[in-house]
Amino acid sequence: MSIILTVTDLSVSIDNDKLLNAISFEIRQGEIFALVGESGSGKSLTSLAIMRLLPDVISVSSGDIMLKNRSLFTLPESQMQKIRGKQIAMIFQEPMSALNPVMTIGEQVAEVIKIHLGLKKEAVKKKVISLFEEVALKNPEERYSWYPHQLSGGQKQRVMIAIALACEPDLLIADEPTTALDVTIQAQVLTLLKKIQKDRGLSILFITHDMAIVAQMADRVAVMRHGKILEQAECKTFFTHPQHPYTQSLLNDAMMKIEKSTTDTEKDALLEVKELKVYFPIKKGFLQRTVGYVKAVDGVTFSIKKGQTLALVGESGSGKSTIGQAILSLIPITQGSVKFENIDLIRLSNKALKVYRRKIQIIFQDPFSALNPRMSIGDIIREGMISLGVGPKTRVLQDEYIKTLLLKVELKADYVNRYPHEFSGGQRQRIGIARALAVEPELIICDEPTSALDVSVRVQVLKLLKKLQEESGVSYLFITHDLSIVPIVADEVAVMKEGKIVEQGLVSDVMQNPQHEYTQKLLLSAPKLPDINEKEVNDNSI
Amino acid sequence: MKLVLLWTDMMVWLLVVSLLIWGWVISRSPQVKKQWHAIFRSGIAMASAIILLFYLLFALLDSVHLRFSSSMQKGQSQHVQYEGEIVSLLDLILSHNIESTERTYSAPFATHEYTKSIVVDEDGVTRQVHIPLKHVTKNDDMVLRSFRVVGLGVLISLVLILCHIVWLGGKNFKGIFKKIWKGKTVLPWRTAYFTVALLVTGLIWMYCMSFEYHVLGTDKVGGDVLYQSFKSIRTGVLIGILTTLIMLPVAVILGVSAGLFGGWVDDVIQYLYTTLSSIPGVLLIAAGVLSMQVMMDNNPTWFETTLERADLRLLFLIIILGVTSWTGLCRLLRAETLKISQIEFVTAAKAFGVGKLTIIRRHIIPNLMHIILISVVLDFSGLVLAEAVLSYVGVGVDPTMHSWGNMINQARLEMAREPMVWWSLFSAFVFMFILVLAANLFSDRIQTVLEPRNKA
Repeated sequence: MSIILTVTDLSVSIDNDKLLNAISFEIRQGEIFALVGESGSGKSLTSLAIMRLLPDVISVSSGDIMLKNRSLFTLPESQMQKIRGKQIAMIFQEPMSALNPVMTIGEQVAEVIKIHLGLKKEAVKKKVISLFEEVALKNPEERYSWYPHQLSGGQKQRVMIAIALACEPDLLIADEPTTALDVTIQAQVLTLLKKIQKDRGLSILFITHDMAIVAQMADRVAVMRHGKILEQAECKTFFTHPQHPYTQSLLNDAMMKIEKSTTDTEKDALLEVKELKVYFPIKKGFLQRTVGYVKAVDGVTFSIKKGQTLALVGESGSGKSTIGQAILSLIPITQGSVKFENIDLIRLSNKALKVYRRKIQIIFQDPFSALNPRMSIGDIIREGMISLGVGPKTRVLQDEYIKTLLLKVELKADYVNRYPHEFSGGQRQRIGIARALAVEPELIICDEPTSALDVSVRVQVLKLLKKLQEESGVSYLFITHDLSIVPIVADEVAVMKEGKIVEQGLVSDVMQNPQHEYTQKLLLSAPKLPDINEKEVNDNSI
Repeated sequence: MKLVLLWTDMMVWLLVVSLLIWGWVISRSPQVKKQWHAIFRSGIAMASAIILLFYLLFALLDSVHLRFSSSMQKGQSQHVQYEGEIVSLLDLILSHNIESTERTYSAPFATHEYTKSIVVDEDGVTRQVHIPLKHVTKNDDMVLRSFRVVGLGVLISLVLILCHIVWLGGKNFKGIFKKIWKGKTVLPWRTAYFTVALLVTGLIWMYCMSFEYHVLGTDKVGGDVLYQSFKSIRTGVLIGILTTLIMLPVAVILGVSAGLFGGWVDDVIQYLYTTLSSIPGVLLIAAGVLSMQVMMDNNPTWFETTLERADLRLLFLIIILGVTSWTGLCRLLRAETLKISQIEFVTAAKAFGVGKLTIIRRHIIPNLMHIILISVVLDFSGLVLAEAVLSYVGVGVDPTMHSWGNMINQARLEMAREPMVWWSLFSAFVFMFILVLAANLFSDRIQTVLEPRNKA
């Protein structure tokens, strides 16, 4: 097998700060080489360095990149432009922002072909349509004149792949190509990439943070951390015999072997949701008449028992977050009831509701937007205590209370006077948890609390949530799109699709023996890690 | 003697007091303090701020108005009669300039009038000559005097700077001095001292020379242009900052409530500002000012002095400028509030049952502060320029009031003369240019530091 790309001793730095530290690897003809690492490890920087698209402030301090015996760093910019797109192509994480919204998708693909191949107009169009066929877009002739906003996320990513393939590159760089997509769509795109790679004998540099995708896609793997490559191995040996301690812990975290202690099911229901419907009116015209409804939540019934966790699983737009907000009475409910300790929250006035605001709290997905950047950590946590009248009343005692809370979520007590921007994502998520805990709630709605976090941090946060549940007997409504964490956190699971619950039951039943077609599809689509103990790895044939 | 508070004086001092209170409030928040520190770390920002401060100082000096008791009636104690004229502190400082009125045009530092006049001399011969100026010392070495005065200016600024260094350094005077000399302090004190020295020396030179000469010449009726330029500072600065004071609460209250409450509140406010911003601004201002003019002409008894009359017209201009200029900021704030109110920390506050007013005060306004600050500083220079344009068109401040716009308006005809009278326009231009440039550079820096998008 010939070698397409060789990176030798590449170091990249900003001022005197080394962002990449002497990394070396090679990519062979027709293989998928996966670069794995947590955020900030330098994966994307490596890909930008290969494309010579590094921002001006970042400079290459040493090393070389050879594309088929040509050194990329010595080429003039005009030559490099020919290589970009023609020999190395790239797909990005966000298909929404990578496409120009005012050009039809056909034109966007055609533009690349015109620049690099110099074909005639008719030939270009033919080529575009054949590319659309290759990436399995339906009705390619018709879609040629569509605009990006008319396509779904998965379809956009297919168009991006078509653009990347347009000039038959030797190397395709895929930078987290499926992170922004739903599980089922992700599976489709991955299958497509694999198929194209097989058909064309393409080499792919696949950048991802998801170990399960690596197991499914890659031929060889390199693990990055702090700008260094810690380990390189064949995919099989990588998962069966990880060498470096960091890789081992990363794999362990990805497996997430936290045992969910089975609690007895004979407890009273804390929260009962019956036939809940939330419709959003669609208003049109000058007088804003209501012409129809978006049925965000359409007749949902479930209950959560004391000290237990219900996982609400579904893809984006299935209405799971809306349920969370409805329970908190943050949005008006069209129909149905939400009973908390047998009292219907919907009929309560704002004043009477305040008692229950204390008992139901929420943790958010994005730790960066969940905390007001202008308030100190102490004030953030204090806000709920003052508003709901929980805890001590004097400022000094409150500070003490907040400090014990911070210790409880495994942060330092002297963080009280700091501001959110000084903390990492995982720490912020802990502050968010502390804020919810401050008012001693009985139910916490966790709205995708771990999906914005790195693998190792995710495990820590899940462990923390579990510890808190054991200590205080709080119940969780765990909203997630990630099936892999369901068995770890939940006792029961409900699967949502288009505003309805299609299947619910005990986690073991649903995960092992799914009844509904959609649940089966979800479980199939989710990329799985090979089990290390069985020493049997996916042989990469789909 | 009694203190006279004109309407605009009242507002200026109110603004100064509220600025001081605001400064005290933000000095308690370490985050905001850090931001301001970051702003002043740039040499340009520091220099601009000092220049703006000097302008503000002149505006404030000109905003303390006094009325002296008439000397003739001193004997009768029951009724204290006051002179018809109200003077400000600045007028007192520059009183020699008011008194040294010439007959007509004279160029800067000239000893004779600019144009020839017909004079009949002792022999009965009619001749055309440049008549010598009344208030200029003729046999004076200007260069020597300048050197002496500049020396004095440098001395005074050096004393000021040394005082500041001592205050800054305390016991470690030598170390601090070395650091400043090499420009290695965190805040660019070297630039600051340089600016202060330049300004102080320049001003002292101009002031001292104005006793002997007309530094910037005289206008058509012999009035000193330097005095006019200094008096215009108040008008320009007031229009710049007081308009903001009127416009800001309206923009913030309406913008935030439109963004947060939505529904019909949003609709009403949106219709309001779309309507208002679709009426041409100059038209609205002209209509407002002219109707005010008619009203004032019909009620001459309202005002004791011409100054009060001019002041009311200025106030009215400020109000009407404020009414027409809040829409832009309001639109910005509405959009930003919409965005912020969807962010999760606001949802979290709602889940805690926090009231709407508290949410506005604690979560929304602090996150809008950077937009407000940026637009206030940006608007300032725009408003100073707007005054000049409006006065030029004739719907600006009262013609008796000193303003750069009026100076430019008068200079319109002077430019067409042969030989050209250039100094009125030149002085108005330089004074305005320095102010607007400083404000723009300062706002640029504020924008760079406060705009969250620039942080990446």
